Amino acid sequence: MEFEPTIVAFLCNWCSYTGADLAGTSRMKYASNIRVIRVMCSGRVEPTFVLKAFREGADGVLICGCHPGDCHYHEGNYKCLRRYHLLQNYIEQMGMDKRRLHLDWISASEGKQFAELVDKMTQTIKELGPCQVKHSVETLT
Amino acid sequence: MSDNEKPKLKLAVYWGAACGGCCVSVLDVHEKLFNVVAAADLVFWPIALDIKYKDVEAMPDGHIDVTLFNGAIRNSENEHMAHLLRKKTKVLVAYGSCAHMGGIPGLANFTTKEELFRRVYDESESTVNPDKIRPQTSFTVPEGVLHIPEFYNDVRALDQVVDVDYYLPGCPPQTERLVDVFMAIVTGAELPPKGSVVGAYDKSQCDECERKKTDNKKIKAFKRPWEIQDDGETCFLEQGVICMGPATRGGCGVRCIKGNAPCRGCYGPPADVTDPGAKMMSAIATMIDSDDEDEIVEIVNQVADPAGTFYRFSLPGSILRRKIVQTV
Repeated sequence: MEFEPTIVAFLCNWCSYTGADLAGTSRMKYASNIRVIRVMCSGRVEPTFVLKAFREGADGVLICGCHPGDCHYHEGNYKCLRRYHLLQNYIEQMGMDKRRLHLDWISASEGKQFAELVDKMTQTIKELGPCQVKHSVETLT
Repeated sequence: MSDNEKPKLKLAVYWGAACGGCCVSVLDVHEKLFNVVAAADLVFWPIALDIKYKDVEAMPDGHIDVTLFNGAIRNSENEHMAHLLRKKTKVLVAYGSCAHMGGIPGLANFTTKEELFRRVYDESESTVNPDKIRPQTSFTVPEGVLHIPEFYNDVRALDQVVDVDYYLPGCPPQTERLVDVFMAIVTGAELPPKGSVVGAYDKSQCDECERKKTDNKKIKAFKRPWEIQDDGETCFLEQGVICMGPATRGGCGVRCIKGNAPCRGCYGPPADVTDPGAKMMSAIATMIDSDDEDEIVEIVNQVADPAGTFYRFSLPGSILRRKIVQTV
């Protein structure tokens, strides 16, 4: 059976969640591997959320926010961008492929781009295979 | 003893995978040791008293009132003693960073047992071991079979092995805090709820740090401590040096910062924070003074060792707990 990854997606309320909603209402088809969590802003996504998702068995984590300059709270997405690069360095040091964590900008009108992004990320994670974090924590000796 | 009607407290101190600093911090009560000894009998303390494991095994369950367990769980001996002391003790305290979240020995979770053994028994410059002999857990000699503790692949904090009543963090815990806690127990003061961190504050280091800080910290470049001329009064972070203060519980009396060294995070995360490193990454990212992605990457890459810096005392107690080793 082909490996079907689980991808946790944190979408900001103002742009990306609406963009994902547009993909849905426009009846676009895209990979069903994502589990969407709506947050008020990509700047609300604490590193703890990302790490917890991996610990609970996520194979990938996607964060989407408003395009730079468009943040509803002015600079939340910039904070997210900085955390993202720091977190990528950290998870790589912890033996994970940094592509398991991905950040992208999706505006409220970019339903199509959202669907393509999810397909592309699902493909990437399929190639990477299952994430070992949960297994590693469960089998500490 | 004049007040012979009041039974003395039975106190034990034990070390798992530890450096011995925690035991020394108990000795650092100095002349207050007389108060301690007046109120408590030390029934087990390997660094100071010749009491054997079998003596502890012979004690009835719940015999010891308070055990200060320092050190992480690294091998089967540590684990055995953690279970034994849990059984014999009414109040088990995880004493010091190693018992609290894994501490410095916990950094071994960046590697594996096999890698460590290869380095220590094969590769190190001072090792001559042509037969590639490795430690065995049992060995037969004419007198019988010798047993040696098994070295585990992963380091664990005390509460990942047994139930813990209180945590007294620090590397080592500040002795004054220990005396406070000890006296609270002796005088019968109401104890905090089980699972509490005692001998420390709820808020972060920054709350009691006296260095000058602005509301909006801006960092354009990360520097190592030797790369700056510290003026002795400005917040380390504002000078570009990583200080774990924002993600570390106060209570040590900002000892390192008062000694002009940035905080390393030995007191663990403040109340309501589970993962100190994640908290620190969150805080640091807010301070980076750039909105340009290329520049952000450049600044972030100046943090030479994010995992080791942000989880110096807490890797086993963190969310990911260890470096992932590919098993397939």
